[in-house]
Amino acid sequence: MNLSSEIPLQYMLVLSTLVFFIGLVSIIIRRNLITMLMGIELMLNAVNINFVAFNHYLFPNRLEGHFFTMIIIAIAAAEAAVAIALIINIYRKVGTVSVDDIEELKY
Amino acid sequence: MTWNTLFIMRHEVLLTLLIMYELLADLSDETNRTRMVNVTIAGFFLYMLAGFVPSENAALFGGMYVNDELRVLLKNILSVSTFIVLLQSSGWAKSPIHQGRAGAFYLTLLSTLMGMFFMISAGDFLMLYLGLELATLPLALLASFDKEFRRSAEAGAKLLMSSAVSSAVLLFGLSLMYGIYGTLQMEDIAQMNLNSDIHTIAIIFFISGLGFKLSLVPFHLWTADVYEGSPLPVTTYFSVVSKGAALFTLMLVLYRVFRYQPEEWRMPLYTLSVLTMVVGNLFALRQKNMKRFLAFSSITQAGFMLLGFMNFGRIGMTTIVYFMLIYGLSNLAVFGVLSIIVRATGKESMDDLNGFYSTNPRLGLVMLLSLFSLAGIPPVAGFFGKFFLFTAAASAGMYILVFIAVLNATISLYYYLLVVKAMFINKNETPIPSIQSTFYEKLAIGICLTGILAIGFVSQLYEYIQGLM
Repeated sequence: MNLSSEIPLQYMLVLSTLVFFIGLVSIIIRRNLITMLMGIELMLNAVNINFVAFNHYLFPNRLEGHFFTMIIIAIAAAEAAVAIALIINIYRKVGTVSVDDIEELKY
Repeated sequence: MTWNTLFIMRHEVLLTLLIMYELLADLSDETNRTRMVNVTIAGFFLYMLAGFVPSENAALFGGMYVNDELRVLLKNILSVSTFIVLLQSSGWAKSPIHQGRAGAFYLTLLSTLMGMFFMISAGDFLMLYLGLELATLPLALLASFDKEFRRSAEAGAKLLMSSAVSSAVLLFGLSLMYGIYGTLQMEDIAQMNLNSDIHTIAIIFFISGLGFKLSLVPFHLWTADVYEGSPLPVTTYFSVVSKGAALFTLMLVLYRVFRYQPEEWRMPLYTLSVLTMVVGNLFALRQKNMKRFLAFSSITQAGFMLLGFMNFGRIGMTTIVYFMLIYGLSNLAVFGVLSIIVRATGKESMDDLNGFYSTNPRLGLVMLLSLFSLAGIPPVAGFFGKFFLFTAAASAGMYILVFIAVLNATISLYYYLLVVKAMFINKNETPIPSIQSTFYEKLAIGICLTGILAIGFVSQLYEYIQGLM
């Protein structure tokens, strides 16, 4: 199956850019820490799409992009683990995971 | 893999040994905890000395890991700063509420240092990203280390959220870079010297990502909260070591990898510099908590650091490293005095410092000198750091920027003097009682003070740094 003859690279880039900014916006407008974490995952996945697409379409002879994607997936998992640990800690202290209530430190 | 390879990587290899020790010592019984603090400090001291042994320049692991004299110097600056942080945190780590957790603290702290070394030594953007994450994730744990306090928990979550976003932004820039060049090897990228619109966008994404770590202004919102909420040793570590690593990485990437496209990164940094200086100053003026105050002061100083980037030549790099060295020592001295106060009394508000000089004259003088150094008043080193930075920017023809910077330096003098006024002039019925500092704390302050007083007059140091560029 040859993907490159069917879907041009531009479509992939538009998709990844859209996913990236949807993630960014969801971090800005969402008030729940878990949902914000999902936004971060979206941004990282947009980067993954970019790497894989560039590797597949432009530089098919080398595998650097694929390797990078693997490493990003692994690190995203580590990041999620640390983030959830911290969010649980917040939940124990504050009793909620809404950003609006995490307001002891301000100004 | 030979002994020579291990020797070239001595900063990382020996640090791994130290981390292993922390891991094992943490498993041992309770009686060893105080000894553990002492052994860690002694071990780190030897480690720091080993870093100064000269070695050859080399690129290892297919160019993934690069080491040269400049990078060794940068790592040594970071490890000396970390040593001072360890000395200052000794009282904090020995305190009863951290009984049984000192090992975890050192483990995470040294892991972040390792990440920073990999960032500096990266010869490939993959390595840089891995180092960045290794430096970032444990930092969030450190920020929420005092997990019984609500504000520490808050600081950790806020830091992790913003740094995760920042590394995603940086990665997006890297992915575009990969699309343009087809490789992430820094030396290959430097040789190709391409120019396109998308390349500018990639560089802007990259600078934004590192700008979070450096707390430049549109990306600084986490700084004050995290600095205030974190335990004091961690705040010190953030404001000096973490910031230094981000600055050095930015410098190495911009000057080494994108050396043929300087016009692409000069304008973004120009704007960021002006914004950072002005906003950092304005917010610093109204702070009452010392940690928040120092947070905004360090934001302002980051704005000054960007001035060096206006000069594309060796002078630019030299002044950046030189200024970071001086800023680090001055800030460490301020935090050193503050950490003694917090350890003894737990007070960290500016009003608590009223009448401090009458009860603790020597600590008051140290604070005075280091604040003067941060503000840039002539006899102390801070003046020379700022002066060289301004000269570097002016020799690149950036007169308006230098003018703005001089104005901001004047404004910053006002709020540094507010602290001095509180300590020396303001009256207080119940000033902080006289504090007896420990040997470690005295040693930390001694190192910082020697640096602040001597660096400005030892011109060999400046020439040595310049020789490495």
